[in-house]
Amino acid sequence: MDSIWFQRFSKFSAYLLAIVWVLPLLYAFWAAFHPPEFATKFSLFAPLTMENFVSAWDQAPFFRYMLNTVIITTIILFSQLIVCTLAGYALAREKFLGRGFAFALVLTQLMVMPEVLIVENYQTLTGLGLVDTHLGVGLPYLASAFGIFLLRQTFMTVPQELEDAARVEGLSGLGIIWKVFVPLAFPTYLAFSLVSVSYHWNNFLWPLVVTNTEASRPLTVGMAIFGAPESGVDWSVISAGTLIAIGPLLILFLIFQRKFIQSFMHAGIK
Amino acid sequence: MLKRFNLKAWLLLLPALSLLIAFTHWPTIKSFWRSVTWARSDAAPAKFVGLENYEILLEDPVFWKVLENNFWYALGTVPTSIALAIMMALWVNSKIRFTGLLRLAFFTPTILPMITVANIWLFFYSPNIGLFNQLLAMIGVTGPNWLGDPDIALSSLMIMTVWKEAGFFMIFYLAALQTLSPELFEAAKVEGASAWRMFRKITFPLLMPTTLFVLINALLNAFKLVDHLFILTKGGPNNASNLLLYYIYETAFSFLDSYYAATLTVIMLLILAITALVQMLLIDRKIHYR
Repeated sequence: MDSIWFQRFSKFSAYLLAIVWVLPLLYAFWAAFHPPEFATKFSLFAPLTMENFVSAWDQAPFFRYMLNTVIITTIILFSQLIVCTLAGYALAREKFLGRGFAFALVLTQLMVMPEVLIVENYQTLTGLGLVDTHLGVGLPYLASAFGIFLLRQTFMTVPQELEDAARVEGLSGLGIIWKVFVPLAFPTYLAFSLVSVSYHWNNFLWPLVVTNTEASRPLTVGMAIFGAPESGVDWSVISAGTLIAIGPLLILFLIFQRKFIQSFMHAGIK
Repeated sequence: MLKRFNLKAWLLLLPALSLLIAFTHWPTIKSFWRSVTWARSDAAPAKFVGLENYEILLEDPVFWKVLENNFWYALGTVPTSIALAIMMALWVNSKIRFTGLLRLAFFTPTILPMITVANIWLFFYSPNIGLFNQLLAMIGVTGPNWLGDPDIALSSLMIMTVWKEAGFFMIFYLAALQTLSPELFEAAKVEGASAWRMFRKITFPLLMPTTLFVLINALLNAFKLVDHLFILTKGGPNNASNLLLYYIYETAFSFLDSYYAATLTVIMLLILAITALVQMLLIDRKIHYR
């Protein structure tokens, strides 16, 4: 029954949808590289310009924002990798009373994400005096249930003989985790890191709540202020700013496209 | 299988558990407690008021409005994202040309920050000069005021959400499709089954575990994804596009009423708990084929 027409229609829809999907990005490129009067007019003869990037760069402290984002993302990732490795190993390889309970405690965070608890977590941060600091933005995310779960699943597949052999070699405790489990779980670490970095590079609500000044504000929060209609910036400059903001992640993504998508798949299958 | 107190295991778990308890479990309990107390300001001592905050909640038209909006928002975005995700995965997994580019195009919104691309969508939606209305004008249609009309503002948000999510969910279907054995389809083809029949009788049932997983994630996103509201509508006009989490944010950080915000948070937690319960029931009913 699947006629040639059905196949053609299907193919056509696929390409059309793909074009629709990249339209916002294409538009951002169009507006950013052309003078403001062409932001809403599409002409093949529109002159190219870098002017929008210059004025965007002048109107907002992008460098500072980007630095903040990098610092926050790094703190979170670094802590997550360590904390999740230790917890994932305990849940996968140690037998003890209360393991099921501990695992259930961990899994709660998959449902009750820190975003939902902004009210109480803000109170906690105020109490700790960490409002408007990089650490404050990262704090609720330093342990990730998702990361613990992924690593637990991976560590469970490591053969017992390997662990025993390492023990015979004289390795113990943390040494075994570091020398045996971590190298074997490399694909999982990579997958989790890419997912985590893109999540926190893009995170908005919590950073908005806990940052007040340029000193700690990440790109997303900075862009929200920059792009607000009240700030009176035009489309072309906003588009240029948007490209500056998403640039680093977008370039990384385009270069490591395959790895990125495989990582998301890898993380999804577990 | 010696089960006993294991100091090493608990020490390994200590950093993770203390962080999770401090920023997930403890604030959850505190939200319940705060929701039954009240004070004039955050500086004043809070006193126990029983269910008074909940009485206010039941009388609050904005609360009912955001709840209703969230219901429609979930109903509008979840099935659409899933259907599109399945289609995208089938296309990318098929033998047509440029599947690499297709995959790239569909997936790109996933890695773009919602908040920055919302700025671009704001332009698409703007009433006179916006791209959508310019395109509509070309075929002689006067486009609506996408974000300013209370009847369409929420739908406009949904469109952007579906755009953002579908490619992310595609990945999970793609991963699942690649595990299906080709022989299954060869056999069906020999039997002369049409593409639609093969999809309905073979592919879709086999994708059921993935669909369940994606469904839960899409539902959670319907409650936690509010970034674009900050740029596009701020919940307006007149709360027409306001959602529960955004209302919680407004209550706590614009109206500075952390007690009522905690009450709203409790409702959110109850909704999440119900979602978790439904998930467990569905898994028990063996939607799984494996």
